Amino acid sequence: MMLCLLLVGVPALAGVLAFALRAALPRRALLIGAALAHAGLVASAWAKRPAAAPEAWLALDATALWFVTITSVLFLTASVYALGYLRRDAATRSHEDEDDPDDDSIFQPVPEAVFCGCLLLFLAAMTLTIMSRHFGLLWVAMEATTLASAPLIYFHRSPRSLEATWKYLLICSVGIALALLGTFFLAAAAGEGADLTLGALARGGARLDPRWLKAAALLLLVGYGTKMGLAPLHAWLPDAHSEAPSVVSALLSGTLLNAAWVGILRLHELCVAAGLGDFSRDLLLLFGLVSLAVAALFIIGQRDYKRLLAYSSVEHMGLLALGMGLGGAAVTGSLLHAAGHSLAKGLLFLTAGNLLAAFRSKKVADVRGALTVTPASGALLLVGLFAITGAPPFITFVSELMIVRAAIADGRWLVAALYLVLLAIVFIGMAAIFLRMALGAPSKDGRKPESRLAWWPPLALAILAGVLGVFLPGPLTDLLREAAQAFGGTP
Amino acid sequence: MVALGHVLLALVAAPLLPGLINRVKSVFAGRRGPPVLQLYFDLAKLLRKGAVYSRTTTWVFRTSPLVGVAAPLLALVLVPAGGAAALVAFPGDLLLMAYALALARFFLVLAALDTGSSFEGMGASREVAFSALAEPAFLLALAAMARQAHSPSLTDALGAPTALSDLGLLPLLLLVATALLLVLLVENARVPVDDPNTHLELTMIHEVLILDYSGPDLALALYGASLKLWLFSAILSDVLLAGLPGDVWLRGAAHLTGIIAIAGVVGVVESCMARLRMVRVPHLLIAAGAFALLALCVGVR
Amino acid sequence: MEALVHVLMVFLILANLRLLGGTRLNVCIVTVAAQGAVLGLLPLLLHPLSLTRHALTIALAAVVLKGGLFPWLLKRALRQAGVQREVAPYVGFTPSMFFGVLALGLGAALARKLPLPAPDASPLLVPVALATMLTGLFLIVARRQALMQVVGYLALENGIFAFGAVVMKEAPLLVEMGILLDIFVAVFVMGIMVFHISREFDHTDTERLSELKDWTP
Repeated sequence: MMLCLLLVGVPALAGVLAFALRAALPRRALLIGAALAHAGLVASAWAKRPAAAPEAWLALDATALWFVTITSVLFLTASVYALGYLRRDAATRSHEDEDDPDDDSIFQPVPEAVFCGCLLLFLAAMTLTIMSRHFGLLWVAMEATTLASAPLIYFHRSPRSLEATWKYLLICSVGIALALLGTFFLAAAAGEGADLTLGALARGGARLDPRWLKAAALLLLVGYGTKMGLAPLHAWLPDAHSEAPSVVSALLSGTLLNAAWVGILRLHELCVAAGLGDFSRDLLLLFGLVSLAVAALFIIGQRDYKRLLAYSSVEHMGLLALGMGLGGAAVTGSLLHAAGHSLAKGLLFLTAGNLLAAFRSKKVADVRGALTVTPASGALLLVGLFAITGAPPFITFVSELMIVRAAIADGRWLVAALYLVLLAIVFIGMAAIFLRMALGAPSKDGRKPESRLAWWPPLALAILAGVLGVFLPGPLTDLLREAAQAFGGTP
Repeated sequence: MVALGHVLLALVAAPLLPGLINRVKSVFAGRRGPPVLQLYFDLAKLLRKGAVYSRTTTWVFRTSPLVGVAAPLLALVLVPAGGAAALVAFPGDLLLMAYALALARFFLVLAALDTGSSFEGMGASREVAFSALAEPAFLLALAAMARQAHSPSLTDALGAPTALSDLGLLPLLLLVATALLLVLLVENARVPVDDPNTHLELTMIHEVLILDYSGPDLALALYGASLKLWLFSAILSDVLLAGLPGDVWLRGAAHLTGIIAIAGVVGVVESCMARLRMVRVPHLLIAAGAFALLALCVGVR
Repeated sequence: MEALVHVLMVFLILANLRLLGGTRLNVCIVTVAAQGAVLGLLPLLLHPLSLTRHALTIALAAVVLKGGLFPWLLKRALRQAGVQREVAPYVGFTPSMFFGVLALGLGAALARKLPLPAPDASPLLVPVALATMLTGLFLIVARRQALMQVVGYLALENGIFAFGAVVMKEAPLLVEMGILLDIFVAVFVMGIMVFHISREFDHTDTERLSELKDWTP
């Protein structure tokens, strides 16, 4: 319990502090320090998992520990990358801001303080979401992630980012409002004086009114599914991911979508305990296939490479839902895939940030010969392509293979065939675009220098994704097996 | 006995109501105003005159005023008077009443179209548009009362206990009464919807429909309109007061007082409000429909 | 007590109709605030026997937030943004009000399908709560003004709150406060965004926020 509170409290306090700090240097140190502390706390949880009562509001169960670990790793890398990003941004901003005197209202505080503060609060909210086992608290934390991340998307203060932020804020808030209704439906299903913790609800599983539980499941799935970007509820996702600073896009895609997924997983866990596992599995399968299909459709011929990555996120969220919906061995595959997607997508978004800085355009057509202009980022782009599309030796290869094997072993030939065809389409679409960007003759001359802070973090993610694809450490497989059991999966 | 008395009284006293409303309005405006019996004088004058008919009109035009009196009369026969059963009562008579009123409106509109005048055509269009919204609200309100009384007969529905005897009924009755008051204002072309005093054809509804009548026909049309006002006031008065204790005559007297009080309320509303813009009138009626629907929900157990 | 709850429900429906038929932003902001404030009292009326400090705290917080702070924030955004004061509908006012009545009927039909486990609640509560939610959703899609969409969001929350008051007799204080706080911050952030939108674009018409899309010709 203490550890859980620390995991949320440290970044939250650091976030509040970051708002107050006027000087840039200590603020950046605070960001890195809090990220390191968070990672350290997570590591200590790996060393000795704190036990928790089943009715606890906050607990690091297997699922929570797995997703908190992913979040922590990605956040640490992203915050190192953010150092370089902020330095670059501050340099350009100081040129532009001289003719913009109306910076005095409270609506316009020092942007960087807001950025660092919101980033840390965002981490705190996500950690809280992942760890909460009380459906009310889960809702509160989920809405907090929306509110903490909205200012991050608007960091550039351009009309386009403003539009994206408005859509994000409104669509996600409305979606999550429906999830609140779903939470109340859960209370109705449980009857008078119900305790809304997962443990208590699951223990009385059979006593839950199935009609209300089904209605609640639908609403929660739609609500948190909006946040997670499952098609057809993904309307906000491409806009927000393409207009946010690349660091933020990486976090949105690699950690926020996961946090929303954990919300759905808690619901799924409850449905399984209440004997409605098949109902929620079918729903997840349907959402998963639709997401895959929609993403494949939009990836082909995409002209904006950040939007391309965003649609790829929709695709991978679909994969997560699909794996969970298949059940059996695919559950483990789905859990593992969450890590694979986060690492690969983080790597790609950070690289995209480098390309954006070098080429000053998000259009695919404007980026040519990235390997020549920015060799490190160009190479990382190609590595990322293989990591995200599930080529060996990356971790995504392992997880996607697990999912398709489970589908075949289960005799679901149609699902397996659709899955493979859609993945192939996505691969072709992405490869065509990325190869064109990386190779070819550059339109502009000369190499652009890149700082180490810009390409070391994505490189680290690439190495991690590759190593885990070849070798999964023992404790990790144990953890996955334990987590999968809650969702009726088999190892 | 009381019921027969009520119908006879309505036939005699109906033209009093517009006079009462006008008196309330003039008091509010600080004027002396026309005498309360003004409509009687008008009717007497009109009956003495001859009628002029346009050559384009047919028998429909001449029949319409008669239907305009006969239909409200039929409706009045079906309405209980302060707890006393109506002269005629059978299950489902509330539908007959609604359709009697619809029949009167149908002939009125047909006659207006019969004249071939564009003004009257516009009036007819408005009349139909608004009553298409008023009718559902009216029927829903009556249905809520019927549901509450577990009987599809007006005598039972409107004679059921009221808020004065059972406080739990207060919300239902308030909802129904509000809906019916709004319907009354629309159906009788009173102020927030239509201004009976206006002389600009472009904005009128009821007055423009009877623009081409003269002499005895106009008298019949005016008389029919006042009967309709009496009918709606009687229904509203029933909803609010019917379940009072006491003997039949006492309750009949209370019923009559209710009708007069409602005329006073209409006068107050007319004095305090301006006419709504035409596009806003449907909003009023939709609100009335929502009230009636809500009343129906309250009754559902 | 039940009669009072009924009166409250009628007030909610009236507020819905006013929101749907309202042409001025100011009117709509005040209406939704009044709706929220009155709703804050609902838990006290529903469970009059459990007048604990807990229930009183939540009612007080809800009334102060929804009735006082939200309209203040939104009106400030309206003033600072200097936006136009009309709500700019996609769907006309009369069809909108029709929708309001339709939503009520829909709510009543749904309420019959899903009987409440707490039978002592007023029969009007669930239909009215659902109708209020539908009204909020409708306002979000049927009005172009950014601020009007915030109003729609608040109406949606009001409906959910009304429903929650029925089923969550004794929700943990922490959770209820968290929900209120989240909604407060949401309105705050949305207010700031409206200000920025009006400064950046010189309007707050969300129809013209359509720069971002796939396949621009």
